[in-house]
This record gives sequence, structure tokens and C-alpha cells, in this order.
Amino acid sequence: MSQGLNMVVCIKQVPDSAQIRVHPVTNTIMRQGVPTIINPYDLHALEAAMALRDRLGGTVTVLTMGPPMAATALRKALGHGADRGILLSDRFFAGADTLATSYALTSAIQKIGESRPVDIVFTGKQTIDGDTAQVGPGIARRMGLNQLTYVSAIPTIDQEAGEITVHRRAEGGVQVLKTKLPCLITMLEATNVLRRGSLPDMLRAERAEVETWNAEAAGVEDIGKCGMKGSPTKVSKVFAPSPRAEKAKMVEGDTAEAKARVAIDALAETDPQLLSVIARQPALAS
Amino acid sequence: MTQREHFDAIVVGAGPAGNSAALVMARGGLNVLQIERGEYPGAKNVQGAILYADAIERLIPDFRDSAPLERHVIEQRMWMLDDEAFVGTSYRSDRFNEQRPNRYTIIRAQFDKWFSSKVKEAGALVVCETTVTGLLKDKRGRVIGVSTDRDQGEVTADVVVLADGVNALIGSRAGLRKELTPNDVALGVKETIFMPREVIDARFNLKGNEGVVIEAAGSITAGMAGTAFLYTNGDSVSIGIGCLISDFKTSGVRPYYLLEKFKQHPSIAPLIEGGEVKEYAAHMLPEGGYNAIPQLYGDGWVVAGDAAQMLNAVHREGSNLAMTSGRLAAETIVAAKAKGKAMTASTLKAYKRALDDSFVIKDLKKYRRLPNVLHNNKHFFTDYPRLLTNAAETMLRVDGVSKKEKEKSVMGSFRAERGLRGLAIDILKMNRAWR
Repeated sequence: MSQGLNMVVCIKQVPDSAQIRVHPVTNTIMRQGVPTIINPYDLHALEAAMALRDRLGGTVTVLTMGPPMAATALRKALGHGADRGILLSDRFFAGADTLATSYALTSAIQKIGESRPVDIVFTGKQTIDGDTAQVGPGIARRMGLNQLTYVSAIPTIDQEAGEITVHRRAEGGVQVLKTKLPCLITMLEATNVLRRGSLPDMLRAERAEVETWNAEAAGVEDIGKCGMKGSPTKVSKVFAPSPRAEKAKMVEGDTAEAKARVAIDALAETDPQLLSVIARQPALAS
Repeated sequence: MTQREHFDAIVVGAGPAGNSAALVMARGGLNVLQIERGEYPGAKNVQGAILYADAIERLIPDFRDSAPLERHVIEQRMWMLDDEAFVGTSYRSDRFNEQRPNRYTIIRAQFDKWFSSKVKEAGALVVCETTVTGLLKDKRGRVIGVSTDRDQGEVTADVVVLADGVNALIGSRAGLRKELTPNDVALGVKETIFMPREVIDARFNLKGNEGVVIEAAGSITAGMAGTAFLYTNGDSVSIGIGCLISDFKTSGVRPYYLLEKFKQHPSIAPLIEGGEVKEYAAHMLPEGGYNAIPQLYGDGWVVAGDAAQMLNAVHREGSNLAMTSGRLAAETIVAAKAKGKAMTASTLKAYKRALDDSFVIKDLKKYRRLPNVLHNNKHFFTDYPRLLTNAAETMLRVDGVSKKEKEKSVMGSFRAERGLRGLAIDILKMNRAWR
């Protein structure tokens, strides 16, 4: 493995959710005129991959699936210093849910791996438009890769042994996990700061021909597993929840205990079952 | 350090001047790099905005087929406002509903993006999110390239076209020109107010893509030299106001306060009622006129557009002057390149000659005295609007007073305010300023 690591970073072009508005009458998302950005979590994946490349050598290929305009996202990534950009674009890919997306991406990653096996596949923690965090694990499962989600740091990689150690955010702490390459890593937010590309990077990005692969070029075997056809997810309704109009009530009472009693009674009124779960705390030893 | 890349020409900025220059040079077969600090071309550009067809037509004859245009202007209203009223003129003509309309309202963020796509099609390399921080010079002081805010950020060229906008920081830093003075620059603030298309059509008496322009001056600028405007877009109106920075400085009035006041004026408020403010922008305008034009060329560099003070404040023209200056600079460079000439000051002097022969410098020269006159005679913005509206009201109000007496009182009010001598001097001043 003297050539360094062969890494693929999956990114997605998403509407800038900070600028999305919901139509007040139809309750649909007003996408028109909303600028698109690279899913912010994916940028941490990109930086993590480039940092590994700086340390250990290798290449960073950025992969995205989307309409032709998604090439902009790839060009941006190249401007930040990625080596190669591949756009999966085909009408068969349109309307894909996470299952179909991970299928198409897996096909493309395997295709990339034909010339040289892929060591690490990176994705962001999740996207800001779908928020499912399913595509990364989906790819790992399909490719049989070791799956490292919510990664905050990659302290060591032993290329000889083919082993990687990562820090993974877990509830209440950090897990230090060690596994075998190849693997899939989903990067957490705020784990690194994306570098600003050099001027030569920017010139290269502007000049680059973004490789565009259709289903055939990506080596997709079963077109029925792509796009709308391959997506069991059905969106039945999109709506903006109406804001809750609940008023706060002040609890009256002379002592703390009396106040607690009033509060518990009030809660019990709204839901009698609550009483069974409210147990009195033992008094603190004085 | 890695080898610096070399281009035939570098264009700094992707506004109207920079895009025009890059387009013409790329078409002329030059290897062009254009550097823009915004996230995309147009991201940082602010204008009213009116597009004058002539200047863009000379660059892209079929621009109407693909450019994002809002409405073509069929009516122009000119208002002199006091606090409650205005007197004005308007010109509206169905002849403006022509095959190839002459003026359009546009939204610059969209238009500039489109313009830039044409520049890229022509073969120029456009790099955004990159700020040019300075000029590279050789030992003899000739400009040989630029430095940017990126790593390995130096790049060289035979010639640098500075179209970096009103602040013109690069030229000032490099000592090619003086810094701007507050007298030479106006500050404009603007809002884009969203309204349904049908509402705009009804309120301004429009159909299809017809549009209206209102230019206003008077007491709304609180005694400062400035003007206000309202332009109809497809489903929004652009409304703004601007005054000289030196006046803002002296008066202490805040620009957004002026804009709020303008929006609340009884003649404006009903036109924008119920609209939703979508955007707020502020921008500086080079209004110094002819006398503020800096040195336009030198060894290895030329300057165009706002950076060269190419703005006609009287006629609210700027982007067309910018496009024309960018085009003429580029044509000069392409011609010099074809003859194998070095990009020296003596070669690039042809750019200034071409500008002098064009409407750009002719128009700016015509009004060269006006900035000074307006700056030193604020009563044109305060006294006259009030006198005119009062005169109109006196003559129109039917109240049993004889017309002869009304005329006398109107004349009396002018005399009382300005004096006979003052009136005569004002007329002379304006006359001279216009010539």
C-alpha cells in the first residue's frame, strides 16, 4: 500500500436550509430561488479525507449523485483540494430514497475500486435536507465494509496491518474503535475545519472536466433498484407544524413541598397515568 | 514555491466592466483569468438596477433571448418631492413596447451570473471566492500580475484589467491613484420588496412585461445632495435612496432612516403597501464625475467601470458606462496583442483615446461642474421642491382668489426664498452645470 489510501467521499448538493421557507398556503417547501450548498456535514468528511491524504498519501475522489447542476458541488470540492470528481447523473437515478441512493453510490464506488481497491469511503453524519443518516450505513452494508459512524477523529491508521483507529461519539463519552480496512466512516460536525484551496487548486477546479457517469458507466446491475422505482419510501404529506399555543401557569404555594403538590395535581389532571410514574424522592440525608 | 501561472490578461472583478473586458478578450483569443471575490459573479454586486440595452447589445447582440430580464421600461416618472407632495413629469410611450426594448429592470445577482456564463463560454477562466490583495510589479514598476488571498496565490499576466469596483482598493494600494474622497462617493441603500405580479401591474398600470421607473429628488434627502428611486421588477419593486458620503457625514442622518422616510411618503407608501421586504442592500456609487476620473492606464494595467469613476449621476447611468469602458479596454488590449505590442503605457493609451471619443467621457465631461454645484447649493434639494409644490397647489386650489393674485403670491414666494439675484444665479449655475 505504498501508493497511500484510495478514498471516496460521498457528498450531496442540498438546498441551503437556512434560506428555505414553507409556503404559508400550500404548506410545500419553496425551493425556487433557494441557493444550493454542499451538505455541511459532508465538508467534514472531505477535510478528514484530505487530512489523511496529507499524512499518508493517496487520492481523494469526490462522488455525488444528482442532476447535472450538482457538478457545481464537485467543482467546489475540487477547489478545496480534492483530486477527482465524479457525478452520477441519469434519469433512472431521479426520485431515489436512501435505499436506492446507497445502491447507486455503491455501484459507482465498486466501479472506482476496479482500478484500485477503495480503502475508505467517507460520508457526512447525515444530510440537512433528509436528516436520515441512512445512506452511509447503507453503503457499508451493501459493500460489506466495517462501519464507523459519528466519527470525531482518526488518530491512527496502520497501512501495513490494514487497521484503523477512530474516536466515535457515544452517549456520555467517546468510544475508541479499532477495525480493519476497508471501512466506511461517517464524520461528525465540528471535527475539523475545511481548508481553503490554494490558487492552483482553484484554477484546476475551474478547468476540470467533471466526469459524469450514467447508470451504465457506474456499473449499475439492476436499474430497478435505482431512483423512484427502487425506492419503497413514499412521502404522503409535507406540512409545517402549527406553533403550539400553550400558556405557562405559575404554581402558587407557601412551601416548596406545597408548590410541588400543586404542580403534581395539575399534571395528574392532564394525564392520570402520570401519577404512577411520579415517585417521591427520598429526602436527602441531613 | 511552485511556478506561477502566466496568462495573457487578468481581470479583477466580475461586474459589468470586468465581464465585458473578459468576454471581449476571451473572444479575441487571449488566455484570460478573471478573479472575483464573491461566492459567484453577482453575489456582491448591487445596483438599482436598470440595464441599458445598447451597451450589452454591442457585446451580446441576442442577449434578450437568454438574459434574466425583469421588465422593459415604458414609463419614466420624475418627481420633486416635499414632505407631503410632489410635482413631477412623466413620459410613457407605447413605442417603448418595441421589438428590442431600450431599457430593462434587472436583478443583478441573476444578471451577472448569466453574464458570467457567457464569459466562461467564450473561454475565460473564472475563479470566485478569491480576493486580489495587490499588484505584482517588476523592478521598473511595471505591473506584471496580481497576488491573491490564497496559498500560492500569485499569478502573472501581460496586462491586468482593474474592474474591482468603486472602492478601487487595489489601484490605491499600489499607488496608481489617489484614495477616494467622501465628496466623490455616494452611499445608496436599497430594498427589494416582494409583491405579486398582478398587484404591480394594477398599481402601475402595466401589462405583460411593461415596467415603470420613478426617479425622485427633494426634501426626502433631508437637505443632502441625493436622489431616490423606485423600479418595478417582475414580482418585486426595487426602492432606494442615495446621498453623498460627505453629506451623510456632516448631517449624521442614517441612510436607512432616509429610506424608511421615502417608503412612508404619501406618494410612495400606497405603491408598496402590503409588500414583503426580501432584501436589503447598501452600496457605494462613484459620483465624483469627470474631475474624479483617475489615471486610466499605465505599464501593464488599465482600469474600468466604477473603479474608474465611470458613472453618470445625472442620468442614473453606470453599468452601461462600465460595460463600454470594459469593452474598449479589452479591444485596445486585443488589438495590441494582435500587433505583438508590449502592454506598456504608450500602447494602452489607446484605451483612453477610445474612451474620450465615446459617449462615456463626452457625457461625464458635459456634467463635470454639476457635482460641485449640487454639493455647494443644497437649496436645489430643499427650497425648490417646496416652492414648486406650493406653487402647484396654489394654482390648482380653487378658492375664490383671482388667478392674477395667485400668480403674484407664487412669484413672491420664489423671490422671498431666493431673492431675484439668487434666482438669476441659480439659473445660471444650473445652465452652466448642464453644458
